[in-house]
Amino acid sequence: MGQNFDAIVVGGGIVGCACAYFLSRDLKRVLLIERGPIGGGSTAAGMGHVVVMDDSPAQFALTNYSQQLWMELYPQLNHACEPRMTGTMWVAADEEEFSHVEGKRDFYVKNGLPAEVLDTKSLEEAEPSLRKGLPGGLRIPQDSVIYPMAAAQWLLGQAQLRGCTVMLGQSVTKAKNGEATLQDGTVLSARYIVNSAGDHASSLTPEIKIEPRKGHLIITDRYPGYVNHQLVELGYLKSAHEMSQESVAFNAQPRATGQILLGSSRQFVGWNDEIDRALIAKMVKRAEEYLPSISQLSVIRTWVGFRATTSNKLPLIGFLPSDPKMLVAAGHEGLGITTSVATGMLIADLVAGRPSKIDRSPFAPTSGVAA
Amino acid sequence: MGKTAKFDVLIIGAGPAGIAAAMAASEPGKCVGLVDENSAPGGQIYRALKGQIQNSISSQIKTLDDRGVIRFDGATVYDAPRPNTLSITKGGEFQTLEYEKLILAVGARELFLPFPGWTLPNVMGVGGLQALVKAGLDVKGKRIVVAGTGPLLLAVGDFLKKYGAEVLAIAEQAPIVNLLRFSTNLLSFSSKIGQGISLIGSVGTKIRPGTWVASASGTRALNSVILSNGKTTQELECDYLACAYGFVPNLELPLLLGCAVEDGFVQVDSTQQTSVQNVYCAGEPTGIGGIDLSTLEGTIAGYFANQNDCPTLVLKARDRWKLFSKKLDATFALRTELKELASPDTVVCRCEDVRMSQLVGWESSRAAKLQTRCGMGACQGRICGPATRFLLNWEHGTVRPPLIPVPLAGLETRTSAVIEQPEN
Ligand SMILES: Cc1cc2nc3c(=O)[nH]c(=O)nc-3n(C[C@H](O)[C@H](O)[C@H](O)COP(=O)(O)OP(=O)(O)OC[C@H]3O[C@@H](n4cnc5c(N)ncnc54)[C@H](O)[C@@H]3O)c2cc1C
Ligand SMILES: Cc1cc2nc3c(=O)[nH]c(=O)nc-3n(C[C@H](O)[C@H](O)[C@H](O)COP(=O)(O)OP(=O)(O)OC[C@H]3O[C@@H](n4cnc5c(N)ncnc54)[C@H](O)[C@@H]3O)c2cc1C
Repeated sequence: MGQNFDAIVVGGGIVGCACAYFLSRDLKRVLLIERGPIGGGSTAAGMGHVVVMDDSPAQFALTNYSQQLWMELYPQLNHACEPRMTGTMWVAADEEEFSHVEGKRDFYVKNGLPAEVLDTKSLEEAEPSLRKGLPGGLRIPQDSVIYPMAAAQWLLGQAQLRGCTVMLGQSVTKAKNGEATLQDGTVLSARYIVNSAGDHASSLTPEIKIEPRKGHLIITDRYPGYVNHQLVELGYLKSAHEMSQESVAFNAQPRATGQILLGSSRQFVGWNDEIDRALIAKMVKRAEEYLPSISQLSVIRTWVGFRATTSNKLPLIGFLPSDPKMLVAAGHEGLGITTSVATGMLIADLVAGRPSKIDRSPFAPTSGVAA
Repeated sequence: MGKTAKFDVLIIGAGPAGIAAAMAASEPGKCVGLVDENSAPGGQIYRALKGQIQNSISSQIKTLDDRGVIRFDGATVYDAPRPNTLSITKGGEFQTLEYEKLILAVGARELFLPFPGWTLPNVMGVGGLQALVKAGLDVKGKRIVVAGTGPLLLAVGDFLKKYGAEVLAIAEQAPIVNLLRFSTNLLSFSSKIGQGISLIGSVGTKIRPGTWVASASGTRALNSVILSNGKTTQELECDYLACAYGFVPNLELPLLLGCAVEDGFVQVDSTQQTSVQNVYCAGEPTGIGGIDLSTLEGTIAGYFANQNDCPTLVLKARDRWKLFSKKLDATFALRTELKELASPDTVVCRCEDVRMSQLVGWESSRAAKLQTRCGMGACQGRICGPATRFLLNWEHGTVRPPLIPVPLAGLETRTSAVIEQPEN
């Protein structure tokens, strides 16, 4: 393999694969290095909900842009990616929560996204398994669900068709000044190196601070039609936003297989990957508050994953101030499946010296670097 | 309601190993529990009609009952939520059981290898068909091909004949030289001999060494099978095909508990203790060796778990049977031709409908699993896992709770287990 690459992408999660996808449109010699299987990191743990979030203006801009990019890609994706336009149903648990729904709708609509407020009756019709008498919800029809591992593989496959090469089973131990050192000592050089090592990005680039935030998921056997939209409690954003030690929020996704994927929990417990039964129990309890019959569904597996979390809750996308050849594309917390493609596009824009469709400055690594 | 109890010794699996363990571990003043998912104790070999106990073990079971061993019949272990605690489900109810010492006697299951037609109705396992007949399936006058490998083929062929079936052929993949060498060896293992001789008298003429099922066909259900010996093939019309390639240990619970597994078997020391302290393992999970070895290992585990010494005689006998188990492995080693049976569109993972062609070309089994969903279905790779390990050298997938599908309600940990504790 030649020594001089235009770009080396370190990490073949969905973010690295998206970077390779967009970089390979501009550059001939792109190399992606992944130590494990493609999409085997956080990408294999995540829910695959492609969702526009309004936690902050920057987050909204990135998720919204990324969703548009996904919509353009969907017709091309292969069957294994299972893209489905389920929409998101934000569910209000009480009148207090419901009172914020209209404001949320107005925000989406003002920004050009369809959004629809549902009252008690129409919510019951749309989602018959939900507890009766809930005050209502907000439907965002353009949100969708994909199978993340296959989507990562597909993005990379497209990049490979354009000449991108892939190195599997190799770990990058050092990356600096356009040189990537492999586990076996080989040094590869490139005009640019992209650190898309996900929750392990700081071990490669110590200047950035990324912490693992553990999440549990539960998957059931097949129950087609049990839920129709991705159901998320309105309190979810609060759970995701707060940096508390532990939080649980109701989040239920209908998979293409008819299975229900149930989230979500957030914990700062380092890399401990044990299944915390007490937390699982809390998730089930929380889900029961919304879907009273869910405890009767058969569960076939539980697992945990880690979200790469930055201190300002935004991903780091851009050049590292201390190294003009080094770009970072990491720290996507619970939204990396959604925001992967916009991230890839932004990285490609940066490398090409092009302006981007959205303001890149909130994601510049400077703002996420540890104090 | 009884009181909350902690078992001194808890035994999972009430086959020969589990029963022997319970016999050795139970004594007055000790709280011993015996859990099995079947509706009555006995395991695979002493399986009787539903809910009944076979005559050959009824006196042992009575002894256990008399000694106050608490049986959980029809209860399946599905999680280990905390140290020294297992979750069981029985008839839709959930419970946790605490223990000081645990003996895993969870047995083995049949190994199925995919070939064209293996998912047709009326194609089943060898032990599987036997169990169905015990449960009432009428095979009188039915034409049956028994195939695969191992001593079980003859035993089941004989069994089916007794139930009036017409056994057309017993296709044993092992070559004749292996079988001859093995039968010479049998002479040194007394209790197997009688079994061997009587079997040859009954269905022995139907054996076809060095032969295997190349494919099965039929429109709505099985109609015929094609047997092959690598050179010639023969088509046989039949009503049932009972086909299994020996046994694979049930490793899910040992793995969930963190027990070390090497070369596909749970590692144990001379007291049958696993790498996890206070967790013992006996029977098929430590090596496929038949009922005698399982019984001996169960006895040993029972003694040591109960902090008693085990008679040297028993230890020695176990070591001797271990040798037998090695011979068994060598005799019935699977031939490489079996790796080629599945055609590109043969379904390998039945839960997720994954075909052979989708599984080749990945750099690792995890990559293949993530991309194809092979082994991700309701059975969590219980069937396709052992097959892909043989066919593609995949490693064992990770085990996550629950071990079997249970209602979500079962994942909520119950804090205190309340069990009926009989006075004794
Ligand atoms: C429980 C849970 C639920 C989630 N739900 C959603 C959701 O519904 N929607 C959504 O949009 N997002 C969701 N996410 C977030 C999403 O999964 C992640 O943000 C996303 O997968 C991050 O992708 P990545 O490529 O950055 O990281 P990863 O997928 O972790 O990829 C990083 C890759 O880099 C490789 N690597 C690391 N270091 C090296 C090295 N030194 N050399 C070579 N290779 C290396 C790793 O092996 C890994 O494959 C969820 C996450 C979790 C944990
Ligand atoms: C389908 C089948 C048919 C067989 N038929 C014959 C035969 O006819 N002749 C012969 O010589 N040998 C036969 N064998 C082999 C024979 O069973 C073994 O040699 C011997 O019985 C092994 O004893 P064991 O106690 O280790 O396992 P088993 O007899 O398999 O006992 C293990 C028990 O543990 C239970 N168990 C497993 N996991 C759990 C759990 N999580 N929770 C609760 N309970 C659990 C199982 O249901 C089973 O009852 C058969 C094996 C199988 C798999």
